[in-house]
Amino acid sequence: MKFKTLLAAGAAIAMGSTMASASTLDDVKAAGQIKCGVSQGLPGFSNPDDQGNWTGIDVDVCRAVSAAIFGDPDKVEYKPLSAKTRFTALQSGEIDVLSRNTTWTATRDNSLGLDFTGVTYYDGQGFMVRKDLGVKSATELSGAAVCTNTGTTTELNVADYFRAHGMDYTVVAFEKADEVVAAYDSGRCDVYTTDRSGLAAQRVKLSEPDAHVVLPEIISKEPLGPVVREGDNNWGDIVRWSLNAMIDAEELGVTSENVDQMKGSDNPGIKRLLGTEGDLGGQLGLSSDWAYNIIKKVGNYSEIYERNVGPNTPLKLERGVNALWTKGGILYAPPLR
Amino acid sequence: MALKAEANKAAGSVLYDPRYRSIFYQVAALALVVWVGWFLTDNTLTNMEQRGIQSGFDFLNTTAGFGIIQSLIPYSETSTYGRAFLVSLINTILVAGVGVLLATVIGFVVGVARLSHNWLISKLATVYIETFRNIPLLLQIFFWYHAVLKPLPAPRAILERGEVVTFSLNNRGLYLPRPVFDTGFDIILIALAVAIAGTIFLSKWASKRQMATGAQFPIFRTGLAIIVGLPLIAFGLVALVEGGSPMHFDYPVMRGFQLSGGMPIIPEFIALVLALSVYTAAFIAEIVRAGIESVSHGQTEAAHALGLRNGPTLRLIIIPQALRVIIPPLTSQYLNLTKNSSLATAIAYPDLVSVFAGTTLNQTGQALEIIMITMAVYLSLSLMTSTFMNWYNAKIALVER
Repeated sequence: MKFKTLLAAGAAIAMGSTMASASTLDDVKAAGQIKCGVSQGLPGFSNPDDQGNWTGIDVDVCRAVSAAIFGDPDKVEYKPLSAKTRFTALQSGEIDVLSRNTTWTATRDNSLGLDFTGVTYYDGQGFMVRKDLGVKSATELSGAAVCTNTGTTTELNVADYFRAHGMDYTVVAFEKADEVVAAYDSGRCDVYTTDRSGLAAQRVKLSEPDAHVVLPEIISKEPLGPVVREGDNNWGDIVRWSLNAMIDAEELGVTSENVDQMKGSDNPGIKRLLGTEGDLGGQLGLSSDWAYNIIKKVGNYSEIYERNVGPNTPLKLERGVNALWTKGGILYAPPLR
Repeated sequence: MALKAEANKAAGSVLYDPRYRSIFYQVAALALVVWVGWFLTDNTLTNMEQRGIQSGFDFLNTTAGFGIIQSLIPYSETSTYGRAFLVSLINTILVAGVGVLLATVIGFVVGVARLSHNWLISKLATVYIETFRNIPLLLQIFFWYHAVLKPLPAPRAILERGEVVTFSLNNRGLYLPRPVFDTGFDIILIALAVAIAGTIFLSKWASKRQMATGAQFPIFRTGLAIIVGLPLIAFGLVALVEGGSPMHFDYPVMRGFQLSGGMPIIPEFIALVLALSVYTAAFIAEIVRAGIESVSHGQTEAAHALGLRNGPTLRLIIIPQALRVIIPPLTSQYLNLTKNSSLATAIAYPDLVSVFAGTTLNQTGQALEIIMITMAVYLSLSLMTSTFMNWYNAKIALVER
């Protein structure tokens, strides 16, 4: 089935000569919806519930873009993609935006015909092991069998880490995240490695979640963010600034609850954000209340975080480096002016 | 003069000459195919360039950076993508080769068993065939992997730290001692080669003598004795001269998390080989049965009338005739097995599709090149198999005089 997707995508690249020339925004408006590539199910980031409704941080980015364009967050068609098919799907125009816990790397940005438009979550790779192994640190993992996903940065980082520390390991690499979890759960390997947010999300699926421990080491930088095709700068800007608007709204204290009162605020920053002053929306080819719609219908970054992965969710992830720059984190949106 | 007139006449009606017309249409069709192919390639390259998608085969020389769980040739994270391709190709050939061998053996045994006069044996064979032939292969792979191999205990649960084992089947795979060859082992290999050559020579002599005098020579037993005996004698001699065995075993030892050393066979390989061979064997069994049933019963009766017992009748009369019916569909089964080995990607066996069309594709993003190479590999593997089988089929074909 994935092979078919790849072939179809290949054929699309081969046949479609018009795609690069038309504007994605026009296409999206004509279709009446955004085609958004998401994961095949990663709680907190993009996960379907039993009614097929998608939730998660990555999903909320799609919803924000939809709200910015249509004033309605639900004009989105979600396309679950494996790690293997995600880039081809975007290159070939099968999706308009890829919002699927994808790490921003130089090679991906430079050689795949793709553009990263920002960071929705600053992550890092970690290790999970069974508590009864008695391992306290990743440096004690020499000789271990490691379960991971194929074709991810994770797979490369773990190779680098073990090599750098002069440790042996065997890697058991599966294509689907669920297969990795099942293999780890059944004891095929001693270690499960992926982004720490992914460890927290997948841990929920283990048969005894409390019998496992995440080791303290963070072995990589994994800035996860939405990706668009290269060559349509306006479309890239819309995705980039939809994300920035949510981060900026948190900084300005605008939430989905108080956004209507905030419309009357005298703060010039809030005025520009909500479109009562200036023409940021017009510059993007959108209506002036684009950011208002995002915040009203989807929320600011803090609301999204708390709803999907925060301490009150099963993932229990503290804000950490994902806090605003004003609160000790590194989350920082360029000024909306 | 008359010839020239005829030629002129033909030239005048080139348009209506069916020979020229058929050539014209074939050339036109070929031109169309070439043009469409060129158009697709050119358009693809232009589009990819426009979007800044890298193309070409340079990536094969860059460092792969990921690990592979099973490689028969030296491979490390610092090797190139080209090397990773080779590793995965060899893994595919290995699993297909072992699968074909096992499937053939099981298939022949079950196929013959289904024709047995023993009620229990023939019914067991029928149940085997109907069961495994009618369950999707992917499910069978999952069955062997998830239901049979994964629930095995972890090595840590059954072995002490530092324990040396000769044989262990656990959820990390099958661990066997690995033979290590020391100085003097080449003499044993030479002895083996001499024994094989001698046996071939002996069998030629025996068949010639049988043709001439009718006297039979127990060639199978003698040959076996030579092939086993000569290397054993050489082994003993070398051991005496060197003062020690020219071969020792490296045993797996329990260290830290798992067993190290020895010869580990990963569970992904075991599951895949089992599923592929058990599944394909069910089809081969039916092919073998059809082949044997296609040989007229009169052949058996004639053989018995000549005084041949059941064994030689089957071996010398029935099977050679059945093979002509068996080989062509058997070839298809071998091709199926090879192609089906790509399902390995579902259980993390590092085959061509999993490592090359999976990991490598994803790390480099060069989908077009990689899918093209992968398809070319399967095509060539299939063509090579069928060429070989066709050659074999022609060799055993009925010689008509």
